[in-house]
Amino acid sequence: MSKGRSMAPVVKRKKLAEVEWKVIEDFCKGCGFCIEFCPVDALEESEKLNAKGVHPPKLKSEDACIGCGLCERICPDFAVHLETKESGGERE
Amino acid sequence: MTVLQEFEKHPLAKYLRLERFPHIWCEGCGDGIILNCFVKALDDLGINMDKLVVVSGIGCIGRIAGYIKCDSFHTTHGRPIALATGIKLANPKLTIAVISGDGDLFAIGGNHFIHAARRNVDMTVICSNNFNYGMTGGQFGPTTPLDSYTTTTPYGNIEHPFNLVHLAAAAGAVYVARWTALHVKRLTESIKKALQKKGFKFIEVISPCPEIYGRRNKLGKAIDTMKRYRQICEIRHGYDPAKAEITIEKIIVGEFIDIEKPTYGELLQKQFLTIQKR
Amino acid sequence: MTMHREVLTGKHLMQGDIACAEGAIAAGCKFFAGYPITPATEITERMARRMIEVDGMFVQMEDELASMAAIIGASWAGAKAMTATSGPGFSLMQENIGLAVMTETPCVVVNIMRGAPSTGLPTEGAQQDVMQCKWGSHGDYEIIALAPASVQEMFDLTIECFNFAETYRAPTFLLADGFTGHLWERVVIPSREEIKTVERKKPIVPADKYVPFKPDEDLVPPMACFGEGYRVHVTGLTHDELGYPKTTDPKIQHELVNRLCEKIRKNSDKIIRTYKFMLEDADVAVIAYGIPSRSSLNAVKRAREAGIKAGLLRLITVWPFPEKQVEELSNHVKAIVVPEMNCGQVVREVERVAKETPVHFSSKIGGEPHSPSEIFEVIRRAAKA
Ligand SMILES: Cc1ncc(C[n+]2csc(CCOP(=O)(O)OP(=O)(O)O)c2C)c(N)n1
Ligand code: SF4
Ligand SMILES: [Mg+2]
Repeated sequence: MSKGRSMAPVVKRKKLAEVEWKVIEDFCKGCGFCIEFCPVDALEESEKLNAKGVHPPKLKSEDACIGCGLCERICPDFAVHLETKESGGERE
Repeated sequence: MTVLQEFEKHPLAKYLRLERFPHIWCEGCGDGIILNCFVKALDDLGINMDKLVVVSGIGCIGRIAGYIKCDSFHTTHGRPIALATGIKLANPKLTIAVISGDGDLFAIGGNHFIHAARRNVDMTVICSNNFNYGMTGGQFGPTTPLDSYTTTTPYGNIEHPFNLVHLAAAAGAVYVARWTALHVKRLTESIKKALQKKGFKFIEVISPCPEIYGRRNKLGKAIDTMKRYRQICEIRHGYDPAKAEITIEKIIVGEFIDIEKPTYGELLQKQFLTIQKR
Repeated sequence: MTMHREVLTGKHLMQGDIACAEGAIAAGCKFFAGYPITPATEITERMARRMIEVDGMFVQMEDELASMAAIIGASWAGAKAMTATSGPGFSLMQENIGLAVMTETPCVVVNIMRGAPSTGLPTEGAQQDVMQCKWGSHGDYEIIALAPASVQEMFDLTIECFNFAETYRAPTFLLADGFTGHLWERVVIPSREEIKTVERKKPIVPADKYVPFKPDEDLVPPMACFGEGYRVHVTGLTHDELGYPKTTDPKIQHELVNRLCEKIRKNSDKIIRTYKFMLEDADVAVIAYGIPSRSSLNAVKRAREAGIKAGLLRLITVWPFPEKQVEELSNHVKAIVVPEMNCGQVVREVERVAKETPVHFSSKIGGEPHSPSEIFEVIRRAAKA
């Protein structure tokens, strides 16, 4: 992962919060910010094409997300957000 | 699940006028990030949305007022600060945020900016600085860098740009910060700080306009501009805003000014009490 | 505390501008924003002293664009708001006057007219902004404008302006000439109880049921102000009843713009005020407003003495234009005389409505108002023709 100097604090692959990563696929305009700036490189383009004709992001793997919330904040279109898990931590 | 139902689950949904989404901004436009960080700041602070008024001018970013679920005013081009001054002085209990563009706040509305800062009227002013007039198709404005191409500088810009943070500080703002659309967490913290502080606060947000400014100046896609911010931004809190000119090589970001000074409202209140006693 | 009274009940020798400021305060004005300009400065100065005494807010803005914007903001924050200016400042206010029209913001704009164009004659009165008052901002719209002809009316009609602004949610104008503004005369200020004031209509439904720009039967929507929990969005763009921009639907533009005009036109009977003097049997009618109407009254009396059946229709409401009154009059007089302190503004409206009836215009610009004998001469010519 070489991304130059990251603006986000250095984070290890340690869960910060028990959350579920969510995408509203049809809101995505394909800017790619979430994929590029995720500090742990947890996201990638999906194969799907949404209503706007772009590939919305998806998690690389179930547990890739550490719940830092950067993608939720940097998404200009409110397409990505983290949902607090109802029964926190049970799945891990 | 419909898109709206999905959207309702967004943690910031209750601050937004959901039925008005998706918003009008282009792919990768920084204005959406400003909206996102602004409402996150409201959420973190637990702001009373019945007592918040967002005022904007005209331009792409000017549409922001209409997306936030509070009292909001989309004014005429250049006048949001003057109108917001009326709101604040008539009802001092309201929290006022003015969110507008570089052209709106510093070209056509420049006079209102410096005088509101001088008076120290209690409001937070956030400028989406995308270095051009996005809404009208990309003409140059008061922050357009020298030599840049816009539809009205077809041979390159020969006007010297404003350094907005210097201008704000010189005019008397009590809080002055600059971030880019990449600095989402720091920007959010900055907005929170400004909203809690009394007086005239100013936050400049350097914001990509990929469709118009970016295209004409061959800056690539929004993501390329954002990557560039990552390369050339340097965080320097307390830095002299006069020296924080934006150049191609470097953008100094951070909190430059954070001082205390009696606000217009406070001085007025004092005067009011003396006069009522007479 | 006597000095902190909102209504200065009693008899006073007052200047027109000051009577206007006192009228505003008596009407409940709680916010004034202005920028000094002759011959309206005295209003701003009076408000600077008085607003704070009556728990109101005075602010001197950086220019008239800002003053107009500020009173719109203040009105949405719940205050009755006013600004005062003269020609050059009035020109600067025009864009935001349109904003007030479009956003249905109750507010009062006072224009103490001076010689124009441009910086013109700062210290001389005129009536050169009457058409600008009606048409100065871009687009189609209707406003209300009242023209005082005495210091008493500077007081009374300012109150009336606030009442109309609040009733119809429209910017309302006190259109006075510089002479009336600077005149000193006796003013009788009634008791607070005798002064009728109007408050804007508020929503009676809870926030989730409130549709901010849905009009009632009178075509005026109830107004929730900022901070009251209704979370209203206000825009100068063409908007639907929710207040949201709708710029691609011709129907919405059609309905909105027409309603903004109709809410004034349909209520014009309630808005229009005129004063009639010896019109019943008149052959020649003088139609005047503001300072020339005073000389006209004198001229009409003189004409009667000289055996000419003359009469006077004084327009207290200039906009909406009293079409019905002028039309009726034109049906039974032989000629109409219109004296104005401009090169011909209201006379165009009179001609449009009077159709066949000959209209004699008497223009006076440059300082002195018409003398009674000047108007008398025109009446005599009109009677002969
Ligand atoms: C009085 C007036 N002049 C010109 C315009 C046209 N206009 C609309 S937005 C705009 C520029 C907006 O630029 P900026 O404030 O930087 O916002 P951006 O679109 O870049 O976000 C202009 C010139 C207008 N609406 N009103
Ligand atoms: S034109 Fe520029 S500023 Fe406007 S929405 Fe598009 S990217 Fe954003
Ligand atoms: Mg811009």
